[in-house]
Amino acid sequence: MSYDRALTVFSPDGHLFQVEYALEAVRKGTCAVGVRGKDVCVLGVEKKSVLKLQDPRTIRKIAMLDDHVCMAAAGLTADARVLIDKARVECQSHRLNVEDAVSIEYITRHIATIQQKYTQRGGVRPFGISTLIIGFDSDKVPKLYQTDPSGIYAAWKANAVGRSSKTVREFLEQNYKDDMSRDDSIKLTIKSLLEVVQTGAKNIEIAVMDINGIKFLESSEVEAVTAIIEAENAAEAEKKAKKGPSASS
Amino acid sequence: MEFLNLKSTVPLPEEDSTLLSPQIDCPKFVIPNVSNPVEFLAKYTAPGSKYALDIHHGTTTLAFKFKHGVIVAVDSRATGGNYIASQSVKKIIEINPYLLGTMAGGAADCSYWERELGRRCRLYELRNKERISVAAASKLLANMVYAYKGMGLSMGTMVTGWDKKGPGLFYVDSDGTRLTNHLFSVGSGATYAYGILDAGYRHDLSVEEAIDLGRRAIYHATHRDAYSGGVVNLYHVKENGWEVISQDDVTELYYKYTAEPRPPLV
Repeated sequence: MSYDRALTVFSPDGHLFQVEYALEAVRKGTCAVGVRGKDVCVLGVEKKSVLKLQDPRTIRKIAMLDDHVCMAAAGLTADARVLIDKARVECQSHRLNVEDAVSIEYITRHIATIQQKYTQRGGVRPFGISTLIIGFDSDKVPKLYQTDPSGIYAAWKANAVGRSSKTVREFLEQNYKDDMSRDDSIKLTIKSLLEVVQTGAKNIEIAVMDINGIKFLESSEVEAVTAIIEAENAAEAEKKAKKGPSASS
Repeated sequence: MEFLNLKSTVPLPEEDSTLLSPQIDCPKFVIPNVSNPVEFLAKYTAPGSKYALDIHHGTTTLAFKFKHGVIVAVDSRATGGNYIASQSVKKIIEINPYLLGTMAGGAADCSYWERELGRRCRLYELRNKERISVAAASKLLANMVYAYKGMGLSMGTMVTGWDKKGPGLFYVDSDGTRLTNHLFSVGSGATYAYGILDAGYRHDLSVEEAIDLGRRAIYHATHRDAYSGGVVNLYHVKENGWEVISQDDVTELYYKYTAEPRPPLV
């Protein structure tokens, strides 16, 4: 008997195959990276190459949920749209009922709870997206959270979802430092995305959130940082080449 | 296999509002199964109707914010018409160790809904790992009773506490009104209490002065309002929670105050 047809059926070794297949769908989506600095959070997404007749301005992969919360998703973009809208409504409902803005943990928990609900019911399928949520609470500390189709959520210092997320996460693990400045956080985000985005700056979108709000970087700014990174890489390569011929003791 | 024939009685996440929005999981009372319950109930709940329930209404309650927190003072008399039903009613409801509610209007309505508010506040604490703010608690209460607007609930309460934003004081009633201010008095004796409070209130009162002001204001209200009396129950809300201060019989206060020189006013 195949255990992957119905969502609400466990396999004998405890898998919910539909949820795992949803995670596969996420792995096919464009890469998104989140980095938490000392007093900023940065979200970077891979932008698919713009087809000739398509208007690039209508494809926004980083969405504002409220003035102080922002999210990016990897996977089925249409599913992302639905979840983003539910989250936006909840941000306002919370303001109405509690007279206060949502905390980042609260809205992440809300999104994750919705994702979990869709794994425990007949007639529906899980959302095929993992999300990265950044923002600031009233305590003025930057936050980064991740959710996935199973409804799990956790706080992260830096994370990646989507295509090649494993490679990017390993890169982040090696290069992440606590309490990075704004510029260093942006540089790390772009650098990690460049690991997977071959075509460079024009296919990268960056959003930076600090205590005052969100800023979407212009493509010129992204290109400037990319240029610095490439220069540094070239210098590194040259240094290695110089060291190479002389045998190290 | 038989179970395959069973239809799913569990609603989709969209339809099952309690699953998606835990914030609004209220208890639901059975209300008349008619298209307009308010109109249907008007016969029984409208004032002056011969069926109207005789709810004990007379009271004086007050609360005010000042530099060192909030003082809450209430009387303890319950009346049904001209009959004094009780001289020892507890009109301050301890919602949780840092939130207080006062009772004016229907005693059952106040105590039930404020206990329900306590349940909701505790759920909030468990879900969000932090105390609920006074603004949110009062909003929850206001939204809960608004669902029954026009159906005869009688509740005029003050929700007060100390949260991240400092001391908080909100007035909530069964009409759905929700207001915030630094000073409120609710009940049939409120006008008398306001006279004393407005004359003696300053933000920088010391704790002793504030306690004395609250006590005097209730005393004066019980002196003139027939529907207020009994004892003055007084609480002080501080940063780490509320504290019971005193319980004074108003007749004894009368002799005490008349023996003393009058304090300066205005």
